[in-house]
Amino acid sequence: MELYDQTIHQLHELLKTRQLSAVELTNQVLARLDQVEPQVGAFITECRELAMSQAQAADAMLAKGTGGPLCGIPLSIKDVLCTKGVRTTCGSKILEPFVPPYDATVITRLKEQGAVMVGKASMDEFAMGSANENCAYGIPKNPWNTAHICGGSSGGSAASVAAGECIASLGSDTGGSVRQPASHCGVVGMKPTYGRVSRFGLLAFASSLDQIGPLTKDVRDCALMLNSIGGYDPRDSTSVREPLPDFTASLSQDLRGMRIGIPKEYFGAGLDPEVRAAVDNGIALLRQAGAEAVEVSLPHTEYGIAAYYIIAPAEASSNLARYDGVKYGFRNQEANTLLEMYKTSRSQGFGPEVKRRIIIGTYALSSGYYDAYYKKASQVRTKIVEDYQKAFAACDALVSPVTPAPAWRIGAKADDPLSVYLSDALTICTNLAGLPAISLPCGFSTAGLPIGFQIQGPHFQEGNLLKIAYALEQAVGLSERRPALNGGQA
Amino acid sequence: MQITPEEISKVAHLARLELNQTEIAQMTDQVGTILAYIDKLNELDTTGVAPTTHALAINNAFRDDVVVPSLPQAEALRNGPKQNGEAFVVPKIIS
Repeated sequence: MELYDQTIHQLHELLKTRQLSAVELTNQVLARLDQVEPQVGAFITECRELAMSQAQAADAMLAKGTGGPLCGIPLSIKDVLCTKGVRTTCGSKILEPFVPPYDATVITRLKEQGAVMVGKASMDEFAMGSANENCAYGIPKNPWNTAHICGGSSGGSAASVAAGECIASLGSDTGGSVRQPASHCGVVGMKPTYGRVSRFGLLAFASSLDQIGPLTKDVRDCALMLNSIGGYDPRDSTSVREPLPDFTASLSQDLRGMRIGIPKEYFGAGLDPEVRAAVDNGIALLRQAGAEAVEVSLPHTEYGIAAYYIIAPAEASSNLARYDGVKYGFRNQEANTLLEMYKTSRSQGFGPEVKRRIIIGTYALSSGYYDAYYKKASQVRTKIVEDYQKAFAACDALVSPVTPAPAWRIGAKADDPLSVYLSDALTICTNLAGLPAISLPCGFSTAGLPIGFQIQGPHFQEGNLLKIAYALEQAVGLSERRPALNGGQA
Repeated sequence: MQITPEEISKVAHLARLELNQTEIAQMTDQVGTILAYIDKLNELDTTGVAPTTHALAINNAFRDDVVVPSLPQAEALRNGPKQNGEAFVVPKIIS
Protein backbone atom coordinates (compact mmCIF):
# COMPACT_ATOMS: atom_id res chain seq x y z
CA MET A 1 0.00 0.00 0.00
CA GLU A 2 1.27 3.45 -0.92
CA LEU A 3 2.31 5.69 1.98
CA TYR A 4 -0.46 8.18 1.26
CA ASP A 5 -3.05 5.40 1.60
CA GLN A 6 -1.85 4.39 5.06
CA THR A 7 -3.20 5.40 8.44
CA ILE A 8 -1.78 7.60 11.19
CA HIS A 9 -0.97 4.60 13.39
CA GLN A 10 0.71 2.67 10.56
CA LEU A 11 2.81 5.66 9.55
CA HIS A 12 3.66 6.51 13.15
CA GLU A 13 5.37 3.12 13.51
CA LEU A 14 7.53 3.89 10.45
CA LEU A 15 8.26 7.44 11.60
CA LYS A 16 9.01 6.48 15.19
CA THR A 17 11.47 3.78 14.17
CA ARG A 18 13.00 6.19 11.61
CA GLN A 19 12.28 3.88 8.68
CA LEU A 20 10.54 6.89 7.19
CA SER A 21 11.12 10.62 7.60
CA ALA A 22 8.33 13.16 7.91
CA VAL A 23 9.89 15.06 4.98
CA GLU A 24 9.73 11.98 2.76
CA LEU A 25 6.15 11.25 3.80
CA THR A 26 5.08 14.85 3.23
CA ASN A 27 6.75 14.85 -0.20
CA GLN A 28 4.83 11.71 -1.16
CA VAL A 29 1.54 13.12 0.05
CA LEU A 30 2.14 16.38 -1.83
CA ALA A 31 3.00 14.38 -4.98
CA ARG A 32 -0.28 12.50 -4.59
CA LEU A 33 -2.07 15.81 -4.13
CA ASP A 34 -0.53 17.06 -7.40
CA GLN A 35 -1.65 13.88 -9.14
CA VAL A 36 -5.31 13.78 -8.10
CA GLU A 37 -6.25 17.32 -7.05
CA PRO A 38 -7.30 18.32 -10.62
CA GLN A 39 -9.92 15.54 -10.41
CA VAL A 40 -10.96 15.97 -6.78
CA GLY A 41 -10.65 19.70 -6.03
CA ALA A 42 -10.55 19.20 -2.26
CA PHE A 43 -8.47 22.26 -1.39
CA ILE A 44 -9.08 26.00 -1.30
CA THR A 45 -5.52 26.88 -0.25
CA GLU A 46 -2.45 24.66 -0.30
CA CYS A 47 0.48 25.41 2.00
CA ARG A 48 3.42 23.39 0.72
CA GLU A 49 6.24 25.50 2.11
CA LEU A 50 4.70 25.52 5.57
CA ALA A 51 4.14 21.75 5.29
CA MET A 52 7.79 21.14 4.42
CA SER A 53 9.08 23.28 7.28
CA GLN A 54 6.67 21.58 9.69
CA ALA A 55 7.88 18.19 8.39
CA GLN A 56 11.50 19.17 9.09
CA ALA A 57 10.57 20.27 12.61
CA ALA A 58 8.70 16.98 13.07
CA ASP A 59 11.78 15.02 12.04
CA ALA A 60 13.79 16.86 14.69
CA MET A 61 11.20 15.90 17.32
CA LEU A 62 11.16 12.29 16.13
CA ALA A 63 14.96 12.12 16.19
CA LYS A 64 14.89 13.23 19.82
CA GLY A 65 12.22 10.64 20.57
CA THR A 66 9.65 13.26 21.57
CA GLY A 67 7.28 12.81 18.64
CA GLY A 68 3.81 11.53 19.53
CA PRO A 69 1.28 9.76 17.27
CA LEU A 70 0.50 12.89 15.21
CA CYS A 71 4.12 13.99 14.77
CA GLY A 72 5.02 14.28 11.08
CA ILE A 73 1.52 13.28 9.89
CA PRO A 74 0.24 15.37 6.92
CA LEU A 75 -3.28 16.68 7.57
CA SER A 76 -5.80 18.82 5.74
CA ILE A 77 -7.76 21.35 7.78
CA LYS A 78 -11.26 22.53 6.94
CA ASP A 79 -11.10 26.18 5.94
CA VAL A 80 -13.42 27.07 8.84
CA LEU A 81 -10.53 26.93 11.34
CA CYS A 82 -8.25 29.92 11.87
CA THR A 83 -4.66 29.20 10.92
CA LYS A 84 -2.13 31.89 11.76
CA GLY A 85 -0.54 33.29 8.61
CA VAL A 86 -2.52 30.97 6.30
CA ARG A 87 -5.56 32.38 4.48
CA THR A 88 -8.87 31.23 5.97
CA THR A 89 -11.87 31.85 3.71
CA CYS A 90 -14.66 29.75 5.25
CA GLY A 91 -15.55 28.96 1.64
CA SER A 92 -16.79 32.53 1.20
CA LYS A 93 -15.86 35.46 -1.04
CA ILE A 94 -16.40 37.74 1.93
CA LEU A 95 -13.27 36.29 3.59
CA GLU A 96 -11.19 35.89 0.41
CA PRO A 97 -8.34 38.11 1.71
CA PHE A 98 -8.51 37.05 5.38
CA VAL A 99 -5.25 35.88 6.97
CA PRO A 100 -5.87 35.11 10.67
CA PRO A 101 -3.45 36.60 13.21
CA TYR A 102 -3.91 33.59 15.52
CA ASP A 103 -4.43 29.84 15.50
CA ALA A 104 -7.55 28.00 16.60
CA THR A 105 -6.88 26.02 19.80
CA VAL A 106 -7.09 22.71 17.91
CA ILE A 107 -4.44 24.00 15.47
CA THR A 108 -2.19 25.09 18.35
CA ARG A 109 -2.51 21.60 19.83
CA LEU A 110 -1.74 19.86 16.52
CA LYS A 111 1.28 22.12 15.95
CA GLU A 112 2.64 21.41 19.43
CA GLN A 113 2.45 17.71 18.58
CA GLY A 114 4.36 18.19 15.33
CA ALA A 115 1.51 17.60 12.87
CA VAL A 116 1.96 18.83 9.29
CA MET A 117 -0.68 20.93 7.50
CA VAL A 118 -0.76 20.47 3.72
CA GLY A 119 -3.68 22.80 3.07
CA LYS A 120 -7.08 24.26 3.85
CA ALA A 121 -9.90 22.00 2.70
CA SER A 122 -12.94 23.01 0.70
CA MET A 123 -16.29 23.46 2.43
CA ASP A 124 -19.76 24.85 1.91
CA GLU A 125 -19.72 28.60 2.50
CA PHE A 126 -19.83 29.18 6.28
CA ALA A 127 -20.44 25.42 6.64
CA MET A 128 -23.98 25.83 5.29
CA GLY A 129 -24.70 22.89 3.04
CA SER A 130 -24.86 19.14 2.69
CA ALA A 131 -23.20 18.66 -0.68
CA ASN A 132 -20.28 21.11 -0.74
CA GLU A 133 -22.00 22.70 -3.75
CA ASN A 134 -22.20 26.10 -1.99
CA CYS A 135 -18.46 26.80 -2.00
CA ALA A 136 -17.26 30.06 -3.59
CA TYR A 137 -14.07 28.30 -4.75
CA GLY A 138 -15.43 25.36 -6.74
CA ILE A 139 -17.16 22.06 -5.96
CA PRO A 140 -14.99 19.16 -4.73
CA LYS A 141 -15.81 15.77 -6.24
CA ASN A 142 -16.44 12.40 -4.65
CA PRO A 143 -13.24 10.33 -5.09
CA TRP A 144 -15.33 7.17 -5.59
CA ASN A 145 -17.19 8.73 -8.52
CA THR A 146 -16.30 12.26 -9.53
CA ALA A 147 -19.76 12.91 -11.01
CA HIS A 148 -21.17 12.73 -7.49
CA ILE A 149 -21.08 15.08 -4.52
CA CYS A 150 -18.62 14.39 -1.73
CA GLY A 151 -21.12 15.62 0.86
CA GLY A 152 -20.90 18.64 3.08
CA SER A 153 -20.14 20.82 4.63
CA SER A 154 -16.74 19.26 5.43
CA GLY A 155 -16.61 17.90 1.86
CA GLY A 156 -13.01 18.83 1.09
CA SER A 157 -11.87 17.22 4.34
CA ALA A 158 -13.62 13.92 3.55
CA ALA A 159 -12.59 13.89 -0.12
CA SER A 160 -8.93 14.69 0.68
CA VAL A 161 -8.72 11.82 3.19
CA ALA A 162 -10.40 9.34 0.81
CA ALA A 163 -8.19 10.42 -2.10
CA GLY A 164 -4.91 10.16 -0.14
CA GLU A 165 -4.20 13.90 -0.41
CA CYS A 166 -3.61 13.84 3.34
CA ILE A 167 -3.62 11.19 6.06
CA ALA A 168 -6.44 12.69 8.15
CA SER A 169 -8.39 15.91 8.49
CA LEU A 170 -10.34 18.14 10.82
CA GLY A 171 -13.85 19.26 9.97
CA SER A 172 -16.77 20.79 11.82
CA ASP A 173 -20.26 19.39 12.38
CA THR A 174 -23.32 21.59 13.01
CA GLY A 175 -26.02 19.25 11.68
CA GLY A 176 -24.03 16.35 10.24
CA SER A 177 -21.24 18.16 8.42
CA VAL A 178 -18.49 15.71 9.50
CA ARG A 179 -20.53 12.48 9.52
CA GLN A 180 -22.39 12.98 6.24
CA PRO A 181 -19.36 13.67 3.98
CA ALA A 182 -17.46 10.91 5.82
CA SER A 183 -20.31 8.55 4.93
CA HIS A 184 -20.38 9.66 1.28
CA CYS A 185 -16.59 9.39 0.89
CA GLY A 186 -16.11 6.09 2.75
CA VAL A 187 -14.05 7.42 5.66
CA VAL A 188 -14.54 7.64 9.42
CA GLY A 189 -15.91 10.90 10.83
CA MET A 190 -16.75 11.84 14.40
CA LYS A 191 -18.75 14.64 15.95
CA PRO A 192 -17.63 14.73 19.58
CA THR A 193 -19.87 15.80 22.47
CA TYR A 194 -20.64 19.52 22.49
CA GLY A 195 -17.95 21.07 24.69
CA ARG A 196 -15.48 18.18 24.29
CA VAL A 197 -13.32 20.07 21.77
CA SER A 198 -12.57 23.79 22.05
CA ARG A 199 -14.29 25.98 19.46
CA PHE A 200 -11.84 28.85 19.93
CA GLY A 201 -10.78 29.89 16.43
CA LEU A 202 -13.62 28.02 14.72
CA LEU A 203 -15.53 30.52 12.57
CA ALA A 204 -18.97 30.43 14.13
CA PHE A 205 -22.04 29.22 12.22
CA ALA A 206 -24.50 28.14 14.96
CA SER A 207 -22.73 28.36 18.29
CA SER A 208 -25.00 26.04 20.28
CA LEU A 209 -24.59 23.28 17.67
CA ASP A 210 -21.06 23.62 16.18
CA GLN A 211 -18.40 21.09 17.11
CA ILE A 212 -15.00 20.27 15.59
CA GLY A 213 -14.33 16.64 14.70
CA PRO A 214 -11.81 14.37 12.96
CA LEU A 215 -12.09 12.62 9.59
CA THR A 216 -9.79 9.63 9.27
CA LYS A 217 -9.14 6.39 7.38
CA ASP A 218 -9.98 4.15 10.30
CA VAL A 219 -11.40 4.11 13.82
CA ARG A 220 -8.04 3.92 15.59
CA ASP A 221 -6.94 7.10 13.81
CA CYS A 222 -10.18 8.75 14.92
CA ALA A 223 -9.34 7.90 18.54
CA LEU A 224 -5.81 9.28 18.11
CA MET A 225 -7.10 12.54 16.63
CA LEU A 226 -9.66 12.96 19.42
CA ASN A 227 -6.89 12.36 21.99
CA SER A 228 -4.95 15.17 20.33
CA ILE A 229 -7.62 17.85 19.99
CA GLY A 230 -9.92 17.25 22.96
CA GLY A 231 -9.96 18.76 26.42
CA TYR A 232 -10.78 21.92 28.33
CA ASP A 233 -9.71 25.27 26.94
CA PRO A 234 -10.10 28.46 29.01
CA ARG A 235 -10.58 30.36 25.74
CA ASP A 236 -13.88 28.58 25.00
CA SER A 237 -16.34 29.14 27.84
CA THR A 238 -18.48 26.25 26.56
CA SER A 239 -15.65 23.74 26.64
CA VAL A 240 -16.02 21.37 29.59
CA ARG A 241 -13.67 20.25 32.34
CA GLU A 242 -14.48 16.60 31.72
CA PRO A 243 -11.44 14.25 31.98
CA LEU A 244 -10.04 13.26 28.57
CA PRO A 245 -9.34 9.52 28.54
CA ASP A 246 -6.98 7.76 26.11
CA PHE A 247 -9.58 6.81 23.53
CA THR A 248 -7.43 4.12 21.94
CA ALA A 249 -7.89 2.15 25.19
CA SER A 250 -11.58 1.76 24.28
CA LEU A 251 -10.94 -0.14 21.06
CA SER A 252 -12.04 -3.74 21.49
CA GLN A 253 -13.80 -6.35 19.42
CA ASP A 254 -15.71 -7.77 22.33
CA LEU A 255 -19.09 -6.12 22.66
CA ARG A 256 -20.54 -8.44 25.30
CA GLY A 257 -22.63 -6.45 27.76
CA MET A 258 -23.15 -3.62 25.28
CA ARG A 259 -26.75 -2.74 24.41
CA ILE A 260 -27.29 -1.15 21.01
CA GLY A 261 -30.58 0.62 20.38
CA ILE A 262 -32.21 0.55 16.96
CA PRO A 263 -34.36 3.68 16.61
CA LYS A 264 -37.26 2.67 14.37
CA GLU A 265 -37.76 6.24 13.13
CA TYR A 266 -34.36 6.08 11.38
CA PHE A 267 -35.47 3.16 9.21
CA GLY A 268 -38.67 4.63 7.81
CA ALA A 269 -40.00 5.18 4.31
CA GLY A 270 -37.57 6.92 2.00
CA LEU A 271 -34.56 4.92 3.16
CA ASP A 272 -32.66 3.59 0.15
CA PRO A 273 -32.91 -0.25 0.14
CA GLU A 274 -29.16 -0.68 -0.37
CA VAL A 275 -28.44 1.59 2.59
CA ARG A 276 -30.92 -0.36 4.67
CA ALA A 277 -29.32 -3.69 3.71
CA ALA A 278 -25.80 -2.48 4.52
CA VAL A 279 -26.85 -1.08 7.90
CA ASP A 280 -28.87 -4.21 8.76
CA ASN A 281 -25.79 -6.27 7.96
CA GLY A 282 -23.74 -4.02 10.25
CA ILE A 283 -26.22 -4.56 13.09
CA ALA A 284 -26.03 -8.32 12.57
CA LEU A 285 -22.22 -8.15 12.78
CA LEU A 286 -22.42 -6.17 16.03
CA ARG A 287 -24.71 -8.82 17.50
CA GLN A 288 -22.23 -11.50 16.48
CA ALA A 289 -19.59 -9.49 18.37
CA GLY A 290 -21.71 -9.82 21.50
CA ALA A 291 -23.87 -6.71 21.49
CA GLU A 292 -27.49 -6.99 22.51
CA ALA A 293 -29.87 -5.19 20.13
CA VAL A 294 -33.00 -3.48 21.45
CA GLU A 295 -35.62 -1.53 19.55
CA VAL A 296 -36.10 2.03 20.78
CA SER A 297 -38.17 4.99 19.68
CA LEU A 298 -37.22 8.64 19.17
CA PRO A 299 -40.71 9.90 18.28
CA HIS A 300 -39.71 13.54 17.66
CA THR A 301 -37.00 12.76 15.12
CA GLU A 302 -39.29 13.87 12.30
CA TYR A 303 -39.37 17.40 13.78
CA GLY A 304 -35.59 17.72 13.93
CA ILE A 305 -35.12 19.36 10.54
CA ALA A 306 -37.86 21.92 11.10
CA ALA A 307 -36.45 22.88 14.52
CA TYR A 308 -32.89 22.97 13.19
CA TYR A 309 -33.75 25.20 10.24
CA ILE A 310 -35.02 27.82 12.67
CA ILE A 311 -32.37 27.48 15.39
CA ALA A 312 -29.29 27.24 13.16
CA PRO A 313 -30.22 30.16 10.85
CA ALA A 314 -31.24 32.26 13.88
CA GLU A 315 -27.83 31.77 15.46
CA ALA A 316 -26.13 32.25 12.09
CA SER A 317 -27.93 35.52 11.38
CA SER A 318 -26.47 36.86 14.61
CA ASN A 319 -22.99 35.35 14.18
CA LEU A 320 -22.64 36.57 10.60
CA ALA A 321 -23.51 40.14 11.54
CA ARG A 322 -19.77 40.59 12.20
CA TYR A 323 -19.03 40.50 8.45
CA ASP A 324 -19.62 44.18 7.88
CA GLY A 325 -16.64 45.21 5.75
CA VAL A 326 -14.96 47.03 8.64
CA LYS A 327 -12.52 44.78 10.48
CA TYR A 328 -11.60 42.08 7.96
CA GLY A 329 -12.65 40.53 4.70
CA PHE A 330 -14.26 42.08 1.67
CA ARG A 331 -15.47 45.69 1.57
CA ASN A 332 -17.15 47.48 -1.31
CA GLN A 333 -14.77 50.45 -1.43
CA GLU A 334 -17.16 52.38 -3.73
CA ALA A 335 -19.81 52.80 -1.03
CA ASN A 336 -20.36 56.39 0.12
CA THR A 337 -22.29 55.83 3.34
CA LEU A 338 -21.89 53.40 6.19
CA LEU A 339 -25.24 51.72 5.53
CA GLU A 340 -24.45 51.35 1.83
CA MET A 341 -21.05 49.91 2.75
CA TYR A 342 -22.63 47.31 5.07
CA LYS A 343 -25.32 46.32 2.59
CA THR A 344 -23.26 46.16 -0.57
CA SER A 345 -20.23 44.50 1.06
CA ARG A 346 -22.43 41.79 2.55
CA SER A 347 -24.53 41.33 -0.58
CA GLN A 348 -21.50 41.02 -2.85
CA GLY A 349 -19.55 38.90 -0.36
CA PHE A 350 -22.11 36.27 0.70
CA GLY A 351 -23.41 33.55 -1.63
CA PRO A 352 -27.10 32.61 -2.13
CA GLU A 353 -27.40 29.89 0.53
CA VAL A 354 -25.83 32.10 3.21
CA LYS A 355 -28.17 34.97 2.30
CA ARG A 356 -31.12 32.60 2.43
CA ARG A 357 -30.24 31.42 5.93
CA ILE A 358 -29.56 34.96 7.17
CA ILE A 359 -33.02 35.94 5.89
CA ILE A 360 -34.71 32.95 7.56
CA GLY A 361 -32.84 33.56 10.82
CA THR A 362 -33.52 37.28 10.88
CA TYR A 363 -37.19 36.66 10.11
CA ALA A 364 -37.49 34.01 12.85
CA LEU A 365 -35.98 36.36 15.43
CA SER A 366 -37.84 39.48 14.33
CA SER A 367 -40.52 41.15 16.38
CA GLY A 368 -43.85 39.33 16.18
CA TYR A 369 -42.39 36.05 14.92
CA TYR A 370 -40.00 35.15 17.74
CA ASP A 371 -42.52 33.10 19.74
CA ALA A 372 -43.96 31.38 16.68
CA TYR A 373 -40.58 30.28 15.38
CA TYR A 374 -37.54 30.55 17.63
CA LYS A 375 -39.27 29.80 20.93
CA LYS A 376 -41.33 27.02 19.37
CA ALA A 377 -38.25 25.42 17.82
CA SER A 378 -36.38 25.64 21.14
CA GLN A 379 -39.29 23.87 22.89
CA VAL A 380 -39.27 21.14 20.25
CA ARG A 381 -35.54 20.86 20.88
CA THR A 382 -36.39 19.97 24.49
CA LYS A 383 -38.71 17.19 23.26
CA ILE A 384 -35.87 15.82 21.11
CA VAL A 385 -33.46 15.90 24.08
CA GLU A 386 -36.03 14.04 26.21
CA ASP A 387 -36.43 11.36 23.50
CA TYR A 388 -32.72 10.64 23.71
CA GLN A 389 -32.76 10.54 27.53
CA LYS A 390 -35.49 7.92 27.43
CA ALA A 391 -33.74 5.89 24.74
CA PHE A 392 -30.42 5.89 26.61
CA ALA A 393 -32.15 4.44 29.65
CA ALA A 394 -32.58 1.28 27.57
CA CYS A 395 -29.31 1.18 25.60
CA ASP A 396 -25.68 2.36 25.52
CA ALA A 397 -25.69 3.65 21.95
CA LEU A 398 -27.98 4.11 18.96
CA VAL A 399 -27.19 2.58 15.58
CA SER A 400 -28.60 3.77 12.27
CA PRO A 401 -27.78 4.92 8.75
CA VAL A 402 -26.04 8.30 8.37
CA THR A 403 -27.85 9.40 5.23
CA PRO A 404 -31.06 8.14 3.64
CA ALA A 405 -29.24 7.43 0.34
CA PRO A 406 -25.71 7.35 -1.11
CA ALA A 407 -24.20 10.53 -2.61
CA TRP A 408 -26.34 12.15 -5.29
CA ARG A 409 -25.06 13.50 -8.62
CA ILE A 410 -23.60 16.99 -8.58
CA GLY A 411 -26.32 19.48 -9.51
CA ALA A 412 -29.22 17.06 -9.02
CA LYS A 413 -30.76 19.15 -6.22
CA ALA A 414 -29.37 22.54 -7.23
CA ASP A 415 -32.70 24.37 -7.42
CA ASP A 416 -34.37 22.80 -4.44
CA PRO A 417 -32.82 23.84 -1.11
CA LEU A 418 -35.55 22.12 0.93
CA SER A 419 -34.80 18.71 -0.59
CA VAL A 420 -31.13 19.18 0.40
CA TYR A 421 -32.18 20.11 3.95
CA LEU A 422 -34.30 16.96 4.17
CA SER A 423 -31.25 14.79 3.39
CA ASP A 424 -29.92 15.72 6.86
CA ALA A 425 -32.80 13.94 8.63
CA LEU A 426 -30.65 11.31 10.37
CA THR A 427 -27.79 13.48 11.61
CA ILE A 428 -29.40 16.72 12.75
CA CYS A 429 -30.98 15.70 16.08
CA THR A 430 -27.54 14.70 17.43
CA ASN A 431 -26.44 18.35 17.33
CA LEU A 432 -29.68 19.62 18.83
CA ALA A 433 -28.97 17.37 21.83
CA GLY A 434 -25.18 17.99 21.86
CA LEU A 435 -24.40 14.27 21.64
CA PRO A 436 -21.35 12.50 20.24
CA ALA A 437 -21.75 10.41 17.09
CA ILE A 438 -19.52 8.60 14.63
CA SER A 439 -19.90 7.54 11.01
CA LEU A 440 -17.91 4.69 9.53
CA PRO A 441 -18.13 2.73 6.26
CA CYS A 442 -20.35 -0.38 6.34
CA GLY A 443 -20.79 -1.16 2.66
CA PHE A 444 -21.04 0.02 -0.93
CA SER A 445 -23.95 0.50 -3.27
CA THR A 446 -24.07 -1.46 -6.53
CA ALA A 447 -22.97 1.79 -8.21
CA GLY A 448 -19.80 1.69 -6.08
CA LEU A 449 -20.65 4.53 -3.70
CA PRO A 450 -19.85 4.20 0.01
CA ILE A 451 -22.56 3.66 2.64
CA GLY A 452 -22.03 4.85 6.21
CA PHE A 453 -23.11 3.50 9.59
CA GLN A 454 -23.90 5.93 12.41
CA ILE A 455 -23.50 5.37 16.14
CA GLN A 456 -24.79 8.01 18.58
CA GLY A 457 -24.24 7.95 22.33
CA PRO A 458 -24.87 9.87 25.54
CA HIS A 459 -22.77 12.93 26.39
CA PHE A 460 -19.05 12.16 26.82
CA GLN A 461 -19.41 8.48 25.83
CA GLU A 462 -17.12 8.76 22.79
CA GLY A 463 -15.19 5.76 24.16
CA ASN A 464 -18.20 3.45 23.77
CA LEU A 465 -18.88 4.77 20.27
CA LEU A 466 -15.28 4.09 19.25
CA LYS A 467 -15.46 0.60 20.76
CA ILE A 468 -18.58 -0.31 18.78
CA ALA A 469 -17.20 1.33 15.65
CA TYR A 470 -13.92 -0.54 15.97
CA ALA A 471 -15.68 -3.89 16.37
CA LEU A 472 -17.83 -3.16 13.31
CA GLU A 473 -14.84 -2.01 11.27
CA GLN A 474 -12.98 -5.24 12.03
CA ALA A 475 -16.03 -7.32 11.13
CA VAL A 476 -16.89 -5.45 7.92
CA GLY A 477 -13.29 -5.44 6.68
CA LEU A 478 -13.53 -2.37 4.43
CA SER A 479 -10.99 -0.09 6.11
CA GLU A 480 -8.26 -0.73 3.53
CA ARG A 481 -10.45 -0.15 0.49
CA ARG A 482 -9.48 2.99 -1.45
CA PRO A 483 -11.02 4.71 -4.49
CA ALA A 484 -9.40 4.01 -7.87
CA LEU A 485 -8.52 7.54 -8.91
CA ASN A 486 -6.40 7.49 -12.02
CA GLY A 487 -5.09 11.03 -11.70
CA GLY A 488 -4.75 13.69 -14.35
CA GLN A 489 -7.95 14.59 -16.12
CA ALA A 490 -10.79 16.35 -14.36
CA MET B 1 -47.35 30.97 6.99
CA GLN B 2 -46.95 32.85 3.70
CA ILE B 3 -44.19 35.39 3.29
CA THR B 4 -44.53 38.33 0.89
CA PRO B 5 -41.89 40.06 -1.26
CA GLU B 6 -42.40 43.16 0.95
CA GLU B 7 -41.56 41.15 4.07
CA ILE B 8 -38.46 39.71 2.40
CA SER B 9 -37.35 43.27 1.54
CA LYS B 10 -37.93 44.42 5.09
CA VAL B 11 -36.05 41.47 6.62
CA ALA B 12 -33.21 41.94 4.12
CA HIS B 13 -32.89 45.54 5.29
CA LEU B 14 -32.81 44.41 8.94
CA ALA B 15 -30.06 41.93 8.03
CA ARG B 16 -28.17 44.62 6.09
CA LEU B 17 -28.51 42.77 2.81
CA GLU B 18 -29.37 44.34 -0.54
CA LEU B 19 -31.38 42.07 -2.82
CA ASN B 20 -32.32 42.81 -6.42
CA GLN B 21 -35.82 42.10 -7.79
CA THR B 22 -34.86 38.66 -9.10
CA GLU B 23 -33.33 37.70 -5.75
CA ILE B 24 -36.40 38.96 -3.89
CA ALA B 25 -38.72 36.90 -6.10
CA GLN B 26 -36.58 33.78 -5.74
CA MET B 27 -36.14 34.30 -1.99
CA THR B 28 -39.90 34.80 -1.48
CA ASP B 29 -40.56 31.53 -3.23
CA GLN B 30 -37.81 29.48 -1.53
CA VAL B 31 -38.17 30.92 1.97
CA GLY B 32 -41.94 30.50 1.66
CA THR B 33 -41.49 26.79 0.86
CA ILE B 34 -39.09 26.34 3.76
CA LEU B 35 -41.36 28.17 6.24
CA ALA B 36 -44.32 26.09 5.06
CA TYR B 37 -42.30 22.99 5.93
CA ILE B 38 -41.31 24.48 9.29
CA ASP B 39 -45.02 24.96 10.13
CA LYS B 40 -44.84 21.22 10.86
CA LEU B 41 -43.65 22.26 14.32
CA ASN B 42 -47.21 23.40 15.06
CA GLU B 43 -48.39 19.78 14.98
CA LEU B 44 -46.82 19.50 18.44
CA ASP B 45 -48.37 20.88 21.58
CA THR B 46 -45.50 22.47 23.49
CA THR B 47 -47.56 24.24 26.14
CA GLY B 48 -45.48 24.47 29.30
CA VAL B 49 -42.36 22.92 27.72
CA ALA B 50 -39.19 24.77 28.73
CA PRO B 51 -37.11 25.84 25.72
CA THR B 52 -33.59 24.42 25.26
CA THR B 53 -31.02 26.92 24.05
CA HIS B 54 -27.96 24.95 25.07
CA ALA B 55 -27.49 21.18 25.03
CA LEU B 56 -25.29 20.96 28.13
CA ALA B 57 -26.05 22.42 31.53
CA ILE B 58 -23.16 24.87 31.65
CA ASN B 59 -23.39 27.82 34.01
CA ASN B 60 -21.40 31.02 33.82
CA ALA B 61 -17.74 30.24 33.24
CA PHE B 62 -15.74 32.54 35.48
CA ARG B 63 -11.99 33.02 35.56
CA ASP B 64 -9.63 35.14 37.60
CA ASP B 65 -9.33 38.69 36.31
CA VAL B 66 -5.70 38.49 35.23
CA VAL B 67 -4.35 40.68 32.45
CA VAL B 68 -2.71 38.68 29.68
CA PRO B 69 -1.21 39.97 26.41
CA SER B 70 -3.78 40.65 23.71
CA LEU B 71 -3.44 41.04 19.96
CA PRO B 72 -1.01 43.90 19.13
CA GLN B 73 -2.68 46.85 17.39
CA ALA B 74 -0.82 46.42 14.10
CA GLU B 75 -1.84 42.77 13.86
CA ALA B 76 -5.43 43.51 14.81
CA LEU B 77 -5.59 46.12 12.04
CA ARG B 78 -3.78 44.10 9.38
CA ASN B 79 -6.92 42.54 7.90
CA GLY B 80 -8.83 45.82 7.83
CA PRO B 81 -9.94 46.68 4.27
CA LYS B 82 -9.17 50.33 5.07
CA GLN B 83 -7.16 51.47 8.08
CA ASN B 84 -4.74 54.25 8.99
CA GLY B 85 -2.38 52.46 11.34
CA GLU B 86 -4.40 53.46 14.39
CA ALA B 87 -8.01 52.63 13.55
CA PHE B 88 -10.32 51.14 10.94
CA VAL B 89 -11.52 53.83 8.53
CA VAL B 90 -15.18 53.86 7.43
CA PRO B 91 -17.33 56.32 5.43
CA LYS B 92 -18.30 59.45 7.33
CA ILE B 93 -21.11 58.72 9.82
CA ILE B 94 -21.93 62.26 11.07
CA SER B 95 -21.95 65.00 8.47
